[in-house]
Amino acid sequence: MPNMRMDRNPMPVQDPQIRSGNFSEVALGYTKEQAIDEAQRCLHCKHKPCIAGCPVKVHIPEFIAKVATGDFEAAYQIISESSALPAVCGRVCPQESQCEKMCVRGVKGESVAIGRLERFVADYHNAHSEVSAAKPQMNGHKVAVVGSGPSGLTCAGDFARKGYDVTIFEALHLAGGVLVYGIPEFRLPKSIVQREIDQLKALGVKIETNVIIGRTITIDELMQEYGFEAVFIGSGAGLPKFMNIPGENLKGVYSANEFLTRTNLMKAYQPDATTPIRKGKHVAVVGGGNVAMDAARCARRLGAEVTIIYRRTEAELPARLEEIEHAKEEGIIFRFLTNPLEIIGDEDGWVAAARCQKMQLGEPDASGRRRPVPIEGAEEVIPLDTVIMALGTSPNPLIRDTTDGLDTQHWGGIIVEEETGKTSREGVYAGGDAVTGAATVILAMGAGKTAAAAIDEMIQKK
Amino acid sequence: MNKILARQELCKNITLLRIDAPLVARKCEPGQFIILRTDENSERIPLTVADFDREEGSVTIIFQVVGATTEKLNHLMPGDYLQDFAGPLGRMTQTDGLKKVCVIGGGVGCAIAYPVAKKLHALGAHTDVIIGFRNKELAILDEAFSAHSTRLIRMSDDGTYGDKGFVTDALKKLLAGGETYDEVIVIGPLPMMKAVCALTKEYGVKTIASMNPVMIDGTGMCGGCRLTVGGQVKFACVDGPEFDGHLIDFDEAMARNGQYREFERHAYEETCNLFREVK
Repeated sequence: MPNMRMDRNPMPVQDPQIRSGNFSEVALGYTKEQAIDEAQRCLHCKHKPCIAGCPVKVHIPEFIAKVATGDFEAAYQIISESSALPAVCGRVCPQESQCEKMCVRGVKGESVAIGRLERFVADYHNAHSEVSAAKPQMNGHKVAVVGSGPSGLTCAGDFARKGYDVTIFEALHLAGGVLVYGIPEFRLPKSIVQREIDQLKALGVKIETNVIIGRTITIDELMQEYGFEAVFIGSGAGLPKFMNIPGENLKGVYSANEFLTRTNLMKAYQPDATTPIRKGKHVAVVGGGNVAMDAARCARRLGAEVTIIYRRTEAELPARLEEIEHAKEEGIIFRFLTNPLEIIGDEDGWVAAARCQKMQLGEPDASGRRRPVPIEGAEEVIPLDTVIMALGTSPNPLIRDTTDGLDTQHWGGIIVEEETGKTSREGVYAGGDAVTGAATVILAMGAGKTAAAAIDEMIQKK
Repeated sequence: MNKILARQELCKNITLLRIDAPLVARKCEPGQFIILRTDENSERIPLTVADFDREEGSVTIIFQVVGATTEKLNHLMPGDYLQDFAGPLGRMTQTDGLKKVCVIGGGVGCAIAYPVAKKLHALGAHTDVIIGFRNKELAILDEAFSAHSTRLIRMSDDGTYGDKGFVTDALKKLLAGGETYDEVIVIGPLPMMKAVCALTKEYGVKTIASMNPVMIDGTGMCGGCRLTVGGQVKFACVDGPEFDGHLIDFDEAMARNGQYREFERHAYEETCNLFREVK
């Protein structure tokens, strides 16, 4: 008999008062008992709607059935057939708008906590086994992956399991892409990312850090001189966007990318760090996405009073509900229907305040959300010492500028065939944020998986 | 990890390192830069390429000790390794069609001006070079510039090296005397570049300035290196580091470069103390 309780097992978390002063992980994970109890809530529907909601098609009811019987290792093996990074996805996937959204239990009550179960299974496996992988039989083909973020790691993992000689080229000194420079430690501990990367290395994936494709080596050189038969471009999102308002280049104005990179990759939150960061007393984060929440929560942990400035209302916030709730619990202030017009500096060129326009919601725009329109004459000045712009990114130009015949959108994203990830260049595939613009980890992983399958088919047909 | 092949102290606090970096050496051109880390806990710092040898697979950098990371870098000896050395980054100096140029270097900026002058001179362009230093003790690369310029003008603030005065004094003399150039290329401290650009604007001579803002990744991700050029936001790492000097907002660039001065001074002192304790 399934467990028919309407509500899901809550995720144990660090107390907000305590966690807003540290960078340790917020969510603590289920116990075995909680996991089994939660797994028993699954009805094992015949039509498995949850799988349809998963970009990488994890066999969700099957793994949950194993959790329900306490066979966690078997559950892990089922997840890892489809997902290269279960411990990561269990933490950062927006399950509420994917697998859990489709769950039948969600119709009258709360859906099964699929993400929490995935996380539990991956953590259990990692705690009870060493990194090990039987290296598959090599198939004699050589492929390259550009970028070691979610799409690149997934793509490389699939290649390695099929026996390809695969090399990842990473521009930074550390592999992991947005998982290490962007998503903060308290949401995704770096040791978890490292473990997943070690696992890929054990499978035979080679990772070359400090190689900037488009500069150190071009795509053409990879194929013509280095002998790679195919290349997957997963170079991620690129340059931060700004508002183009006065005062954006004052001292104390950061892009979220810079603020997060300083904090996470360069470990500026540690007292002995050599990379400086302005901690600020009154920090404003402009934007309402997951990156804005990450930046706000980092600034909070560095000791600031933090305000999120967003031009629409709470209902339109693009961030995950869980992130918004966590941010609120940690004392982050939200100012909705507010849009900066100017950042005002002090006599030394540091940020002193933001002059903001009050907004109201008007008619729906192209995105279907009601467009914010200014309320004539309603302005306010918010005193601040640091501003973080979290407004999204535009694609990095290095590869498109150095690869002839690679078609891109007018805004710079690489154009691909959706079913395969194939670009306009023979043998060159792409996926993740480099194609879609800023999106989610799991969508990037899905794209890496799709491309690996398509490239495999292309090479095997030769 | 990249091995240090050679090291030479050019003057007090300015050191040359030749680094084993075949991938970078194969591609780099004057005007481009690299990012390095000295050790696992190091900052990432950008340094513009001072020279390269494609056959040997080496890249030369010249740096001035200004903070914690350059202090650590200055303690590394031949045979030691750098933790990371990535590049080449940025766009190369545009030399196409230049027949007569004036390359101006100030202080350690001469290290970046040198490969530019060398390339232009090798391409057959008339290459006047003006280099300026505070005094004779701080002068670097004299012989190198002599060998790779049509005419070399030396300046120092106190007159102990070449003529007394600023590089702008020398340039003004040339321009006022009727010299014309296809382009002036200037690399040095921001106030110097600002002064040169103001002067060449008066004379209507196109001027390129090489910018060295604060950077982290250097690959077009963090946006820390942004500048205002012609009223638009530009990123030094992917759009530069060279820009039309008449369009750069130098005052903003100077303010932004001072953002971490306090932190850096503190980190520098701590690092110096550490090295003193070791000794």
